[in-house]
Amino acid sequence: MSFIIDRRLNSKKKSAVNRQRFLKRYRRQIKKAVEESLKKRSIQDLQQGEDITIARDCTAEPIFQHGKGGTQTRVYPGNKEFITGDEFPRPPGGAGSGGSGSGDASNEGIGEDEFTFHINQEEFLDFMFEGLELPNLVKKQLKSTASFEVHQAGFTSNSSPEKLHLTRSLRVAYARRIALSGASNNELSALRKELWQLESEPVDEISSAKRKALKAQITLLQANKKRVPFLDTYDLRYRNYVRTPIPSTKAVIICIMDVSGSMTQNVKELAKRFFILLYLFIQRNYQHTEVLFIRHHTRATEVDEQEFFYSRETGGTIVSSALELAADIIEQRFPQDQYNVYVAQASDGDNWDNDSETCHTLLKDKILPMIQYFAYVEITSGAHQNLWYEYEKLQRSFKTEFCMQQVRTSADIYPVFRELFSSNID
Amino acid sequence: MKKTPISTDAEWTFELIEQYDREISRIAAQFNLDTYPNQIEVINAEQMMDAYASVGMPLHYNHWSFGKRFLDTSQNYQRGRMGLAYEIVINSDPCIGYLMEENTMMMQALVIAHACYGHNSFFKGNYLFRTWTDASAIVDYLVFAKHYINKCEERYGVDAVESILDSCHALMNFGVNRYIRPPALTPEQESKNIEEREEYLQRHINTLWSSIEKKQSNTAEDATQNFPLEPEENLLYFIEKNAPLLEPWQREVIRIVRKMAQYFYPQKQTQVMNEGWACFWHYTLIDQMYKEGLVNDGFMMEFLQTHTSVIYQPPFDSPYYSGINPYTLGFNMMMDIKRICEHPTEEDKIWFPEIAGSPWQSTLDYAMRNYKDESFIQQYLSPHLMRELKLFSILDQSSKPNFKVSAIHNESGYREIRSDLANQYDLGYLEPNIQIYNVDIKGDRSLTLRHYIHQERPLADSADHVLKHLRTLWGFTIHLESVTSRGEVIKSYHSSTP
Repeated sequence: MSFIIDRRLNSKKKSAVNRQRFLKRYRRQIKKAVEESLKKRSIQDLQQGEDITIARDCTAEPIFQHGKGGTQTRVYPGNKEFITGDEFPRPPGGAGSGGSGSGDASNEGIGEDEFTFHINQEEFLDFMFEGLELPNLVKKQLKSTASFEVHQAGFTSNSSPEKLHLTRSLRVAYARRIALSGASNNELSALRKELWQLESEPVDEISSAKRKALKAQITLLQANKKRVPFLDTYDLRYRNYVRTPIPSTKAVIICIMDVSGSMTQNVKELAKRFFILLYLFIQRNYQHTEVLFIRHHTRATEVDEQEFFYSRETGGTIVSSALELAADIIEQRFPQDQYNVYVAQASDGDNWDNDSETCHTLLKDKILPMIQYFAYVEITSGAHQNLWYEYEKLQRSFKTEFCMQQVRTSADIYPVFRELFSSNID
Repeated sequence: MKKTPISTDAEWTFELIEQYDREISRIAAQFNLDTYPNQIEVINAEQMMDAYASVGMPLHYNHWSFGKRFLDTSQNYQRGRMGLAYEIVINSDPCIGYLMEENTMMMQALVIAHACYGHNSFFKGNYLFRTWTDASAIVDYLVFAKHYINKCEERYGVDAVESILDSCHALMNFGVNRYIRPPALTPEQESKNIEEREEYLQRHINTLWSSIEKKQSNTAEDATQNFPLEPEENLLYFIEKNAPLLEPWQREVIRIVRKMAQYFYPQKQTQVMNEGWACFWHYTLIDQMYKEGLVNDGFMMEFLQTHTSVIYQPPFDSPYYSGINPYTLGFNMMMDIKRICEHPTEEDKIWFPEIAGSPWQSTLDYAMRNYKDESFIQQYLSPHLMRELKLFSILDQSSKPNFKVSAIHNESGYREIRSDLANQYDLGYLEPNIQIYNVDIKGDRSLTLRHYIHQERPLADSADHVLKHLRTLWGFTIHLESVTSRGEVIKSYHSSTP
């Protein structure tokens, strides 16, 4: 007798908990592997997960085992030319001595000392951005177009039929029926008892008249009882839903990138990588954050994400144009008392001769007082240019609001990024 | 009188599986196979990997090591480095067998014959399984264990439970009774008595430890007496009952791991027989179907192709060699016993006078019921098969630079090879013999274990690590002494409290 059951629709994620436990236990090792792999892979293909390799040693589950050495006799199949008494040197590394009849007891990748497994994009980014946060995030005014969360809050006796709660309604109805018919129930059972008593006695005229009266009374009571309705309108109970506003901090990130002629393809590539990283980070952690993109050569324009990352332009460089545009945007659209504003700028450090000073004053007088944090990334492998020096002066007076870092190669991007946004907690 | 084939297509359907199962069941009954009822479950690859990860069980408590196994399996599977096993079958009543959705109709039929009738009848018949496992209770026990451990995690934290489980897993192989029949697993009672047991245990342990002071004035003779009086081989059992510092729930967790170890213990000892028996029956049953015309030539070609690759034994010098294939050895031995019964040669009559010419079905049935790998090989491995597999023995002495061929498949070597191979399946050969030797109940409560060295084989380096786990459970210093057969301690390991 056999039963055949289709289990394919059962949950497939039986191992999910165990997998999570494993990832948690080896968090440190995995994070290191993630950082290693970031150096190698291009940030554009962050859309996929990643194969993580950690040393097998550290995941080992030790048991008591025999070590090498001692006397053993082992049986092998497939003899070709040996005869009893033959001797030959021990193979190096004990090759061929494995197995030893234990069948597939050691099924986990024989001879492998690395343990490789796949984590998905979400987990990858989790590990990547672990410990990072936007600095100086202050709870400013709640978002005006606050989002609401709907949740059930008790029951109401007046609402639309689709919210009807059957169990509750019937419970109330039941209670009402008991309450309304309780008295007549008692009376009824008393009368029935009496009737029963009479019926067991011998029949005579008085008792038969009494019986008649009793029966009439009983039918009357029963009819009364029936008149109590099964379900009444005031029994009905409805689920009550309330909307509560979700408080959220409003933040905006302004990305500024230099796209002038001095930015070689390579440098632009690095800058883009930095911004993609930033973009992923923000998207992931701050759902209510707006992101703006400004690119500039001698003139600055506000562009959308697509254009920011993928279109090309050339020309001279006037950094202050972008800063001015940023300042205008902040002033007009993001009032200070409502928004946390962050600005990230990437450039090769090249600027129009007298413009750096303008930048300095612009930042110092207009922008920095309005914003939470300004991060500057200079992508150059050569000597610093005037913009860097101007900014260095700034940093001395705005230690918490202003931060600058240099990126030389693609391998620097992630460490620099971490440096800029590492949480102040640790 | 040939019947028409049940199906000619590679695709399977539930109706077809049912039809095949009915026919296989009928034929199995003709061969007197006694089985538990079958519960055949169709699952997909990912569910198969889940089952893999939790050592084949349909449900299991949570532990990171199962997650590791899952990651390992899925990685290897997705890279095409390994195929998944065609089947997993659970020693339970009803016997749960998994069929993979990806398999062809032929594979499903093969798996049904192999697992649902082969393994199933072995679980039901073999003396080790009958003695050590309770097929009707295992699924309930798993449910109980999962809930209990879940509850502990809620109450004491995931980390606390994990650390106990880690330590228990390290000692799992040493958590079995080898010679005494354990009391039957009864899950209802299990949960009912659990509190009672916790309380009793705690009280019992308290008396053990508190009586120490009273006995201070004991005679010197008493002082030399060991506790336990006889060395204890079931390390987890000893710790569960005697460790001074454990909480009741920790003892229960140890007990759960111990029970699981005991449940799997027969499987470790009957791998060759179990697989051999299952292969023999899938081969015999499908062959019978072919004879009756229930399957066609195409089915049979596909079947034989799979069958031969399952029982393929690469020679020792092949890059694919990884030990003796238990399927090959088991299947060939079963077939060989049948051959000896039906067509004995002169040699067979000398070597196996009692089975040569006997009815093969009852002979095989007897062998299946009453042996484990070690004794099965010792009893039934024939010279004929040794020649066929070209077996030879290598003597490896670490004191000598050379390997020596100590026996080959010839007249003077048969007996030696046979007992060498049998020894290889002796768990005493596979696992070091480690027992609890003494507890210093009057002093620092340290626990001393002894490793009884067999053929000068030392312990692997992992021993130090395992001792740490032991210390976690015991709570006090652990000593482990490697002792030669002459009783000399030649090496000792220690793990003291931090």
